[in-house]
Amino acid sequence: MDYTILILALPLLSFLVLALAGMKMPHRVAGAIGTLSLGAVAVLSYLTAFSYFTAERTAEGTYPTLTPWNIDWLPFTQQLHIDMGIMLDPISVMMLIVISTVSLMVHIYSFGYMKGEKGFQRYYAFLSLFTFSMLGLVVATNIFQMYVFWELVGVSSYLLIGFYYTKPEAILASKKAFIVTRFADLGFLIGILIYGYYMQTFTFTPSEEQLMKAGMVLPWALGLMFVGGAGKSAMFPLHIWLPDAMEGPTPVSALIHAATMVVAGVYLVARMFPLFIGFAPSVLHWVAYIGAFTAFYAASVACAQSDIKRVLAFSTISQIGFMMVALGVCTSMNPHEGGLGYMAGMFHLFTHAMFKALLFLGAGCIIHAVHSNEMETMGGLHKYMPITHITFLIACLAIAGIPPFSGFFSKDEILTACFQFSPVIGWVMTIIAGMTAFYMFRLYYCIFWGKENKELHAAHVPHESPLNMTFPLMFLAAVTLIAGFIPFGHFVSANGESYDIHLDIQVAATSIVVALIAIGLATWMYAREKQPVAEMLARRYSGLHRAAYKRFYMDEVWMFVTKRIIFRCISTPLAWFDRHVIDQFMNFMAWCTQAFGVTVQPAQSGRIQTYTMWFLGGIILLTLVLLLF
Amino acid sequence: MNLLSLFVLIPLLMLLGLWIARNVNQVRGVMVAGSSLLLILAAYLTVSYIGLRQAGATEEMLFTDSISWYAPLHICYSVGVDGISVVMLLLSAIIVFTGTFASWKLKPLTKEYFLWFTLLSTGVFGFFISTDLFTMFMFYEVALIPMYLLIGVWGSGRKEYAAMKLTLMLMGGSAFLLIGILGIYYGAGGETMNILEIVQQKIPTEMQRIFFPMVFLGFGVLGALFPFHTWSPDGHASAPTAVSMLHAGVLMKLGGYGCFRIAMYLMPTGAAIWGDFFLVLTTISVVYGAFSAVVQTDLKYINAYSSVSHCGLVLFALLMMTRVSATGAILQMLSHGLMTALFFALIGMIYGRTHTRDIRQLSGLMKIMPFLAVGYVIAGLANLGLPGLSGFVAEMTVFVGSFQNPDLFHRTCTIIATTSIVITAVYILRVVGKILYGTCQNPEHLKLTDATWDERFAVICLIIAVAELGLAPYWVSHLISGSVEPIISQLIH
Repeated sequence: MDYTILILALPLLSFLVLALAGMKMPHRVAGAIGTLSLGAVAVLSYLTAFSYFTAERTAEGTYPTLTPWNIDWLPFTQQLHIDMGIMLDPISVMMLIVISTVSLMVHIYSFGYMKGEKGFQRYYAFLSLFTFSMLGLVVATNIFQMYVFWELVGVSSYLLIGFYYTKPEAILASKKAFIVTRFADLGFLIGILIYGYYMQTFTFTPSEEQLMKAGMVLPWALGLMFVGGAGKSAMFPLHIWLPDAMEGPTPVSALIHAATMVVAGVYLVARMFPLFIGFAPSVLHWVAYIGAFTAFYAASVACAQSDIKRVLAFSTISQIGFMMVALGVCTSMNPHEGGLGYMAGMFHLFTHAMFKALLFLGAGCIIHAVHSNEMETMGGLHKYMPITHITFLIACLAIAGIPPFSGFFSKDEILTACFQFSPVIGWVMTIIAGMTAFYMFRLYYCIFWGKENKELHAAHVPHESPLNMTFPLMFLAAVTLIAGFIPFGHFVSANGESYDIHLDIQVAATSIVVALIAIGLATWMYAREKQPVAEMLARRYSGLHRAAYKRFYMDEVWMFVTKRIIFRCISTPLAWFDRHVIDQFMNFMAWCTQAFGVTVQPAQSGRIQTYTMWFLGGIILLTLVLLLF
Repeated sequence: MNLLSLFVLIPLLMLLGLWIARNVNQVRGVMVAGSSLLLILAAYLTVSYIGLRQAGATEEMLFTDSISWYAPLHICYSVGVDGISVVMLLLSAIIVFTGTFASWKLKPLTKEYFLWFTLLSTGVFGFFISTDLFTMFMFYEVALIPMYLLIGVWGSGRKEYAAMKLTLMLMGGSAFLLIGILGIYYGAGGETMNILEIVQQKIPTEMQRIFFPMVFLGFGVLGALFPFHTWSPDGHASAPTAVSMLHAGVLMKLGGYGCFRIAMYLMPTGAAIWGDFFLVLTTISVVYGAFSAVVQTDLKYINAYSSVSHCGLVLFALLMMTRVSATGAILQMLSHGLMTALFFALIGMIYGRTHTRDIRQLSGLMKIMPFLAVGYVIAGLANLGLPGLSGFVAEMTVFVGSFQNPDLFHRTCTIIATTSIVITAVYILRVVGKILYGTCQNPEHLKLTDATWDERFAVICLIIAVAELGLAPYWVSHLISGSVEPIISQLIH
């Protein structure tokens, strides 16, 4: 599998070429370089996956972990060194497929979406950089390599959110995204430092001896690493950057802020899963509680947003919450007894990446057509945009959990795992799944049916997008249609052994009924031209509606922390202290020296009489001293 | 003749050449020829040093040489380098080379400016090659004094005040240093000034207790140790571009280097006694510098405070006294030197066009001067520790190394220091967002032009160096960690 190095090398090369020489290229050439290299990466990823999963299993019935490539990049001590390499195991190979597929679709889509934009070449350069970093993150052979690429995806995300760098909102959003995730990464870094010191290795598999000796610090290390993961994966209360990140170009939102980068935290937990189960099960359950709360919070906020990308952003946060819950409810490595969640979470990651990318790309087509993100400019669009409409509907059905679409299967496994853990979590997650169906169909009706903004549409008739934008939609819709039937448990499961997915009829029936009720409710409230129920509810519970619209004022809380506490209460007084106390003390010392000089200056008057007086006085004094003592 | 002596001889010849030179072009010719020779020499030294080590040379210092200079006090001109000094020489050569291009169009008194500039670099090179306490001190002073004139004459703003303040504070430091050095000399029996020989002697504990803080503070002032850092914001703000580069890039490194090579190496017991006290000060420097940088409005002030924070990290890592953290400290010196030089070069170029460094009056520069703006973003990303650029490598080595020191006090300091990576991101992104992004508000700025060839050349050289260290750190790290070993083994036992 030596060719796997090309999976990393090609996007890096295309980034370098585009960054150094891109500005002089015509748009088409730059786009073609990025897309072709990504196409090659996708082909290589599929090839890797094919040969990996068709190869022999080991004696224990698991797929072997391969390391086709590994170099010592930065040595610290004998045991501790940052390596750069490629590690193939079931989840990293699965991630390769997800990333390369979505990224390729986004590359193709962007040809149409970004057409004629200034900085087209820069856009493709950043896309390549992002893809490179994300691929490097998932194939990392050790936790520090993961951190290296973790930071790189953070920066590429920063650059892409701030792509429209003349827009003040974009600048603020990019800054916020970077700083919030950096804050979380601090936890990750300290976690790595603790892990490295006590385990004497940065690899994912510490020696038995070290584990026996220092297993009790692992909960701390893993908990802190999860903080980093929570930052990237937008878990409450570190989620605040994600909705604002929607200021970036829509294809970027599809790639980074829906399908790939934001699931890095989930991937991190999955990567450390054996250690979590073995040494920190309570931390793992906290992951579940945080995930569940985030899922609920984001779903309730999503019900009240009016910007379609914001709705999708909160829906992403909520769905990542589902994945975290799935991992968090695991109690063992055996998928038959309490370890089902691992497989379920990874499965949901896979299906969610496809249908959420589809939703975002669909939203991109809509925004392209009406030149706005706000729902009030839409409505009735099904007449104008048939392909977008159908594919969007497929994705909505998938996320709502209606069979036979992919989301149903993965969500059903998650719910089964939750019910195995505790019925409370199970019911809570079922209700949140219902909320998901409700707000997604609210979104769907408000865009494609409901009240049409006829004035606006008469002035500027919305149109279907060109083929290079609709092709990715159709492709992803096809994937969404069939992905549910992939025997996912054969490839990925907690202990690596093959696991047959079987539906729990009771759970499946409940979730379908809940989803159908929620869709029915959304249809009743939003499908028609007039929406009296929705307006009445918004009026009667205006406080709640407003709070949800304002995202329960979490942004205000964060603004308070950063502006008031960091700027006003720490930095400003410190800077003042530095200038007025420390510096003035130094100036005071200088002044003292000078003042002393001025004081003794008269002694050097140059008058002989004075000198003689002092001279005689001195002699008399000395004589007296000598005589008396 | 010894290879190392060329590092002093070439600048001296450059001084002669500059003195003879009749017009600006000749001055530039001498500078370019001399500084490129130095760069080539430094590269050659690095290669041959690595070659000798691989061939199995085990002595602590290579290329050693010694000529008696003033026998009654045992003062010798003795030179020698280990991995640490090799990378410092390389760093200095790069900064002097790029600094020449960054001050290409400097006016007035171009010739005099370059004379002092070259004298300063003589001091710097001499300092790094010396192994004799007194010679080292002499070169140290040679490097400090030209700074006064360079800032006082060619500076901007409150230049006389800043020059005076900087010189007096640093001179105050070197007064302590002189006492400390004499203390070491007599403590070690008064028979030799050579570091390599002194280290064989054992200086009495009582003397170490007294003289360690003097030497450490003396160098610490130059390394911007809290609370003796206030010369740095004013000094940098007033200094001309290349002087800021050389000062932040190299001169501040003299502090860290001296603390390690003289204070800690020769007085390990003193380091053990005073370590915790200074560790607290350096931890404060790291966090305090970063927080202070957040609210500054002058670009150079921001960088000066950021330097306080980053140079604080150098001393911090040294005081952690593990092999990895000390390697990290040297890497941090190298990395900070390169990226701060890049930063100051870019700020100088922006200031040269806009005539303001107030971030409230600058905006939208990305559209107007894309090259400088992109360079600024890269420098910023290096500063906040983006993997692939030098800052990351250095910071991570420091943090991993500091974590090897397991007691609670050191652990706490380490965790406090790591918070600086977040605050760094805050002030860097604040500046980038304010001055580069957005739309240009000032119509005057719309007419400005992008970088000229000499500026581009200087910036590109520095970016390449920053990226090289960030992408392929193995050889540098290996080079340094081998040489850190003897010093650290002194400290641990």
